[in-house]
Amino acid sequence: MTLTYYLVLAAILFTIGAVGVLVRRNAIVVFMCVELMLNSVNLTLVTFARATGTIDGQIMAFFVMVVAAAEVVVGLAIIMSIYRTRRSASIDDANLLKY
Amino acid sequence: MIEAPDLSLAALAPLLFVFGAACVGVLIEAFWPRDSRHPVQVAVALVGTLGGLVCTLLLAGRGEVTAAGALAVDGAALFLQATIAGLGALALLLFAERALDPARSAFVTSAAVPAGSPRDRELATSERVQTEVYPLATFAIGGMMLFVASNDLLIMFVALEVLSLPLYLISGLARRRRLLSQEAAVKYFLLGAFASAFFLYGLALVYGATGSVRLRDIREANLAEGTDLLLVLGLALLVVGLLFKASVAPFHTWTPDVYQGAPTPVTAFMAACTKVAAFGAILRLLYVAFGTAEWTWRPLIYGVAIVSMVVGAVLGLTQTDLKRMLAYSSIAHAGFLLTGVLGLGAGGEGSGLAATMFYLLAYGITTIGVFAVLTLVRDGDGEASHLSQWAGLAARSPLTAAVMGLFLLALAGIPLTAGFTGKFAVFRAAIEQGAWPLVLVALLASAVAAFFYLRVIVLMYFSPPAADGPTVGVPGLPTTIVLAVTATATLALGVLPGSVLDLAERAAKFVG
Repeated sequence: MTLTYYLVLAAILFTIGAVGVLVRRNAIVVFMCVELMLNSVNLTLVTFARATGTIDGQIMAFFVMVVAAAEVVVGLAIIMSIYRTRRSASIDDANLLKY
Repeated sequence: MIEAPDLSLAALAPLLFVFGAACVGVLIEAFWPRDSRHPVQVAVALVGTLGGLVCTLLLAGRGEVTAAGALAVDGAALFLQATIAGLGALALLLFAERALDPARSAFVTSAAVPAGSPRDRELATSERVQTEVYPLATFAIGGMMLFVASNDLLIMFVALEVLSLPLYLISGLARRRRLLSQEAAVKYFLLGAFASAFFLYGLALVYGATGSVRLRDIREANLAEGTDLLLVLGLALLVVGLLFKASVAPFHTWTPDVYQGAPTPVTAFMAACTKVAAFGAILRLLYVAFGTAEWTWRPLIYGVAIVSMVVGAVLGLTQTDLKRMLAYSSIAHAGFLLTGVLGLGAGGEGSGLAATMFYLLAYGITTIGVFAVLTLVRDGDGEASHLSQWAGLAARSPLTAAVMGLFLLALAGIPLTAGFTGKFAVFRAAIEQGAWPLVLVALLASAVAAFFYLRVIVLMYFSPPAADGPTVGVPGLPTTIVLAVTATATLALGVLPGSVLDLAERAAKFVG
């Protein structure tokens, strides 16, 4: 069994997430892309845990999940507050601060 | 049988103090009656941070690795922890100021109420204050103190999030110009989460390359097996995540927007404390984990230092808003700090670490001071941060203009101020390591940057005051203390920096 496939898959997911953050315009979708990046990291960590025969990577994946959950709470609260004022979650509409 | 990890409670005392105060703050928020909550929250937050500061001072001279190798309590960590706790306490005093705003607080009463709604207008004039900011800021300070002591990439990541998440929230809590503030919070949050994903992927790759995330194990893997591609890639991603937090160009795009949109006390807090924490982590990562593989990161840091200084100095020239101008100044200063980072030689000799730590202290003090002055000058809609509104301020309030002038001179690096001593120290350290072309660029960038600081001074002293200019508020006790302390320290570190430089020199040690 080769572990390389899992690493390549994780790298592809990470890239999709990173590109998504850069090109998508809805704050919720951008945020989902960030979560995709975090989860690709989890896949990488678990694969490396298997490859190196240590359990650290699996434990780290749990840490990442907990932190990601905390991030969701904070992030959605911030996005909600701006949505309730503007009735739009587009990050292009949030353009008062520039130059 | 699981072995309990060795845990030196004494070495962890500063962290326990600050996090303990933050938890108590959350409980007070839930159970204490609203009418008398504000003074209690301020007291708890101040006791926590000042207690943390005292603990770090008592621990001075220690050098040990504790918590099963996850934390390094050494000279550098303690110096930076003390800096963060001290600057954090000053920023908390700015948070607590109630005399300046007619509604008695810089923070929104109820963040959940949509901006501009009838309820929001009703609350805007009420004197009710919200106090969540104090536990949130205390958690952020605790996270920063953990960040500079982390000897393990996973702990570093957790600390990064503990310091970032409260900051995202409190930068969206301004009482006035709420739309700007909320926009700043969204931008900071999305870009911050993006950057921490990069840090995390770097962590995963380093783990794959070395089988561990302990900084010491990474160094040993570097020595034993040489540095392979996976490790270099991981290092690059880790550094991107950290440079983002330190607002180094080209990862700086959030800085001007967030500095402008966030409430000014929060901007002061972010600008001073986050910078100290981020550079603490950068230094530790590069020198403890990758100190033996310098060739992998030295050219990268060299490049971003130049980009950061040039971008900060040149774009700072075109700004018309003082808070944005100071944001570009902070980007330029991040470049100067990286000059100091490069001044640390292989194996940790050279004076780069001490110089960078001194610079962080001097810069943090001056930055808190300059934003404290910014909170004083107000028009009908909160702070008057547009440059034109500051014209002729010296005629209106000579003392405010003089204090502002002092801080601006310190940021520009004029002799007899803290900024000059700091710059001199980092440039000397970089030249000792042969990075003189970088120092040349830094000197040119300093000269360009001096122009936009001096422009404000000229505007304050030699322009006729506008007819409908801003009013200069009379600060209450907290802001007065902050201004007195920062102005005195800015002068003291410029005129008699010897003892503090010595202290930094003696503290400049990494274990781990």
